[in-house]
Amino acid sequence: MESLVARAGWWLAALLFAVFMFANALDTGFAVHMAIFALAALAGLVISLRKTDYKLAAAGIKLPTDQSRYDDDLVRAGVILTTFWGCVGFLVGLVIALQLSFPALNLGFEYTTFGRLRPLHTSAVIFAFGGTALIATSFYIVQRTCRARLAFPALARFVFWGYQLFIVLAATGYVLGVTQGKEYAEPEWYVDLWLTLVWVAYLVVFVGTIVKRTEPHIYVANWFFLSFILTVAMLHLVNNVNLPVSVFGSLSYPLWAGVQGALVQWWYGHNAVGFFLTAGFLAMMYYFVPKQAERPVYSYRLSIVHFWALIFLYIWAGPHHLHYTALPDWAQTLGMVFSVMLWMPSWGGMINGLMTLNGAWDKVRTDPIIRMMVMSIAFYGMSTFEGPMMSIKSVNSLSHYTDWTIGHVHSGALGWNGMITFSAIYFLAPRLWGRTRMYSQRMINWHFWLATIGIVFYAASMWVAGVTQGLMWREYGADNYLVNSFAETVAALHPMYLARAFGGILYLSGALIMAWNVWQTVAGNLRQEEPLRQPAYDPAADRPLVAVPAE
Amino acid sequence: MANKKIDEPTGIETVGHEWDGIEELNNPLPRWWVLTTYLTIIFSIGYVMVYPAIPLLNKGTEGLWGWSSRGQLAEEMAEGTAKRKAATDAIAAVSLEALVKDDKLMPLAVAGGSAAFKQNCVQCHGSGAAGGIGYPNLKDDDWLWGGTIADIHTTLEHGIRAADDPATRTSLMPSFGKDGVLTPAQVSDTAAYVLSLSGKHPNDAAAQRGATNFAANCVACHGTDGKGLRAFGAPNLTDAVWLYGGKPEQVTASINKAHAGVMPAWSKKLDAVTIKMLAAYVYSLGGGEETVSAPAAPASGTGNAKP
Repeated sequence: MESLVARAGWWLAALLFAVFMFANALDTGFAVHMAIFALAALAGLVISLRKTDYKLAAAGIKLPTDQSRYDDDLVRAGVILTTFWGCVGFLVGLVIALQLSFPALNLGFEYTTFGRLRPLHTSAVIFAFGGTALIATSFYIVQRTCRARLAFPALARFVFWGYQLFIVLAATGYVLGVTQGKEYAEPEWYVDLWLTLVWVAYLVVFVGTIVKRTEPHIYVANWFFLSFILTVAMLHLVNNVNLPVSVFGSLSYPLWAGVQGALVQWWYGHNAVGFFLTAGFLAMMYYFVPKQAERPVYSYRLSIVHFWALIFLYIWAGPHHLHYTALPDWAQTLGMVFSVMLWMPSWGGMINGLMTLNGAWDKVRTDPIIRMMVMSIAFYGMSTFEGPMMSIKSVNSLSHYTDWTIGHVHSGALGWNGMITFSAIYFLAPRLWGRTRMYSQRMINWHFWLATIGIVFYAASMWVAGVTQGLMWREYGADNYLVNSFAETVAALHPMYLARAFGGILYLSGALIMAWNVWQTVAGNLRQEEPLRQPAYDPAADRPLVAVPAE
Repeated sequence: MANKKIDEPTGIETVGHEWDGIEELNNPLPRWWVLTTYLTIIFSIGYVMVYPAIPLLNKGTEGLWGWSSRGQLAEEMAEGTAKRKAATDAIAAVSLEALVKDDKLMPLAVAGGSAAFKQNCVQCHGSGAAGGIGYPNLKDDDWLWGGTIADIHTTLEHGIRAADDPATRTSLMPSFGKDGVLTPAQVSDTAAYVLSLSGKHPNDAAAQRGATNFAANCVACHGTDGKGLRAFGAPNLTDAVWLYGGKPEQVTASINKAHAGVMPAWSKKLDAVTIKMLAAYVYSLGGGEETVSAPAAPASGTGNAKP
């Protein structure tokens, strides 16, 4: 009973604090955000009061949790929310792709302009879709590979739902125009503080679970998850050292100015790619690929060497985002050579992922989830080759600021992060809800092909667009003057932008099919369907040989 | 490590760990992987030696090849300048009037001006130079401050209402409505009269009332016939060209609150030859006026007459 009162008291205090901040807010964005905080606290209060069984509480009885089961409630919520955020993120991506083709789709409202929807898209796919997937799968994997329930279950709930609150605050902020103006680090100071709390709690839960493990060793997936959680904490703190103008307003100014600010931003930005989108998702790969293929990991030694090489080298590669800028030449050089050296450590993960299928390659034909995983690892390999190549200065002088960069990011994001997450969802959904399989295997296959063809359209059109743009910008005429104005290069890209948007439609359609498939699986339905491969059957030959009597 | 066993499909021994059914094989590092890693490291060491790379106390190492990004830029700019030097020197040597008549130099100047225009002017005047609301169309023959090459050159050099250039072209239409010179009814009547000059409004009672206001307030700059005066950059109100729009509400808005558009003084940013080439380019767009037929002095009423 006391614990209930204490818990309700905390929620009430949080609610009152948020209302106090709301009442004193200096700008609309801050007021809206404090209202969201207040609503979240109110929801927490109501849920914790309604969940309580008062008869038991009055009698002082506490029902023990079943320690013989893994703590999977959050993973279930995570699978659903990952699917949801994925569809939202892809939809906004499609909208802004169409805005680039048809500017009229900006609609003339400040809330729907490209400038506000673009961070909504990037954050929805990276932090909402990717982040929710990472938290959910890390909670699933760390329990299984440590053979232990989650440490600090209440804190784990705070991590999961606190992160969802962060997503809502970030997303509403972008639309309302609340932004620090730093790419992938747009949320303002108070949202940053909130994420810091959530992230430290995440580290505590994760490390706590590893500490209470019953396995003698720590599995490679957990090394990657741990490096992801630790490094993102460090990146987030250093890049968001901002001084708020007022504690009651959303505006703040960064401590880092000028080229130092740019370097810190891209040290952050590149390692968000390195540790959020690479290390974290490699952890997913290291669990789900061997599980789905039912094969041992290819090489233990390779996993150790490429892990340490990857995390040591990645952290230095950021300056390649600032080639040919005010950043001193020496820093640009170091950013480039560390990126080049990063090529093989990145490929170590690809080798270990693909070669794990040794002895199970036939499953690529029969299992659409394995097919998705193979495609995902293949795109991982392609983009981790493309990245070091684009970091080379002479390549970068053509590719920088062009759509080639956008194509590169999306071959990694759609191909690697998207596909490995989809296959993880298809792996998890039947297990978490106790079904024999997904609602439909054939829909997984459809999803695979829609997504793959979508990526091909996306990446190919952006390569062509980027190279076209780069060449047009530097084109000199016979009279030794530049030939094109910027607007002319934009006009030249229109067909490529249409092809990109078409790729986006395919990719989104695939995700919507997945959402339907997950929905039906959760509901407990199984689609009656032909198995994916049916050996040939000839009824005419399916009879005994009967001797024909001679006439 | 008691659980080591041979994995059947591959014939490789496992390491002996197992997590949730996942085991690991004891495969060595792939040889090509190790060698390529070493190659990238060797490449990087070489690159670091020849290019600026190591931060020291006061500045970074400069590298054996002495390359710098600023140096490369300077080199490429110098190379471009050198290639254009013959043409730009010749253009710099002739007068504006002679340039227009020079069949060899004029195309070179127009090409150079076109490139400079794409970089500096398209943001306001549009990549086709057709302008827009508030930004004059440079392709027609309707000039606010004069359309001879010398006029265009002056406008480019000193700008229009450019705060940082004392020689800038300047004039200020009063905000008749905002400053209370005319009542709202009078502003609306005046707009009716102004529009009637180009036949966009009938010559009705409102227009006739407006004519009185026009005579009292506007003729000093726009002329008794409304044809404008280039000395003040006052536009011709009798034609179909409207810088801030020719709809009744747009004309009313302009009378209520004047616009006073600004063009930068490009001599602050571009070199003399580039400005000369820009003048040649704008002159060549279709509306350039012969030097002889241009009004030498701000004679009244003939402002925007077409040559």
